[in-house]
Amino acid sequence: MKLLTLNFLTCARKQCKSTAAAFPLHPKEAELEQVEIDVNPLFIKNMLPRLDWEAMKVLTQELGLPNLPAETPAAEELANEDGEPSQTLKDLHILLMETSIATGKLACGNCGHEYAVKEGIANFLLPSHMV
Amino acid sequence: MLPTPSTSHVNYDHIYEPSEDSYLLLDTLASPTETAFLRSQSPADSPSPLVLEVGTGSGVVLAFATAHAGLIFGRSDILTLGIDVNPFACDATRQTALLAVKEAWGAQQASGVFLDGVCSDLTAVMKPRSVDVLIFNPPYVPTANLPSPPEKYDADASGSSFDRDLYLSSLATDGGVEGMEITHRLLAQLPSVLSRRGIAYILLCAGNKPEQVMGSIRNWPTPHDGGGVWLAEKVSSSGKKAGWEKLGVIRIWRSEAQG
Ligand SMILES: [Zn+2]
Repeated sequence: MKLLTLNFLTCARKQCKSTAAAFPLHPKEAELEQVEIDVNPLFIKNMLPRLDWEAMKVLTQELGLPNLPAETPAAEELANEDGEPSQTLKDLHILLMETSIATGKLACGNCGHEYAVKEGIANFLLPSHMV
Repeated sequence: MLPTPSTSHVNYDHIYEPSEDSYLLLDTLASPTETAFLRSQSPADSPSPLVLEVGTGSGVVLAFATAHAGLIFGRSDILTLGIDVNPFACDATRQTALLAVKEAWGAQQASGVFLDGVCSDLTAVMKPRSVDVLIFNPPYVPTANLPSPPEKYDADASGSSFDRDLYLSSLATDGGVEGMEITHRLLAQLPSVLSRRGIAYILLCAGNKPEQVMGSIRNWPTPHDGGGVWLAEKVSSSGKKAGWEKLGVIRIWRSEAQG
């Protein structure tokens, strides 16, 4: 699953839903893979305002990926003066669009429950006593 | 008519096969009224909309929305995510979507970005207020009971299992009382999962008493975040029964805040 997907998910348990600690989910024992995709500058630009930048910083740190800038990059930083995609945009593209968790676990920071990721598909189904 | 994504790789032993309801959803999303409405809710250059389909099955509807993003949403910077309770369906959805996107690229069409297929009970895993367009083709057939898993149920087990396949197939169709048991649960999640500009498209059959369903949605309390009232309209239908046709799609959204 793409790292970007984690921007939209929380722990699936009701008791965690309204707690800040249930977001983002924390990757454990994650095996990453890179899936090449064409760069879409418009997409990165319009995606940025939706990103929880703090959460993305936590994720990159936990996964041992290169650190993100302290603040969300401004739209102007996404293109060079000649209008070509900047290094910042390319880095964001690689991180958000191409970096995926192939296998591993996703842990909730509130209840500690771990969800499995297998063959790139995360399973958030809970046993009935945990819903 | 836009081309329908290929699903020839999908194993229909345990995944719902695209049917009249799936095609009605495709037609609805591509209709002039809905493409205009979608564009007015998430205009080009507003933050990228997140499109979530719940109960993707083969993935045909989500793949269609992703591949034809330019024509439907008027923009290619949309994100699509699929949820299903059936792990086989999550995998099939990913394949169907990626294949459709690849074909769209080949045809030089503006397609959106498919994120993932994930396994979840309806929208339980979604971050609150994250979804801009939600699509749901529910198990809407009225049945005496909801399906219960066979003994020693293991969805991950490879190979074939008749009991498991029967269970997974009935999950996609059996809706319990009035065919509404699962849909009622999804409806109850909408106020917290939809964004302020969020829209939900839900397929219903005549047995679901759609007029009653829409009436109760219009009575939902006014949301605190950004105001407005809940609206629900029938936006398409198929079948030739009198009154409410056999199948229909309703659109649920929030009005502008009142001055
Ligand atoms: Zn939790």
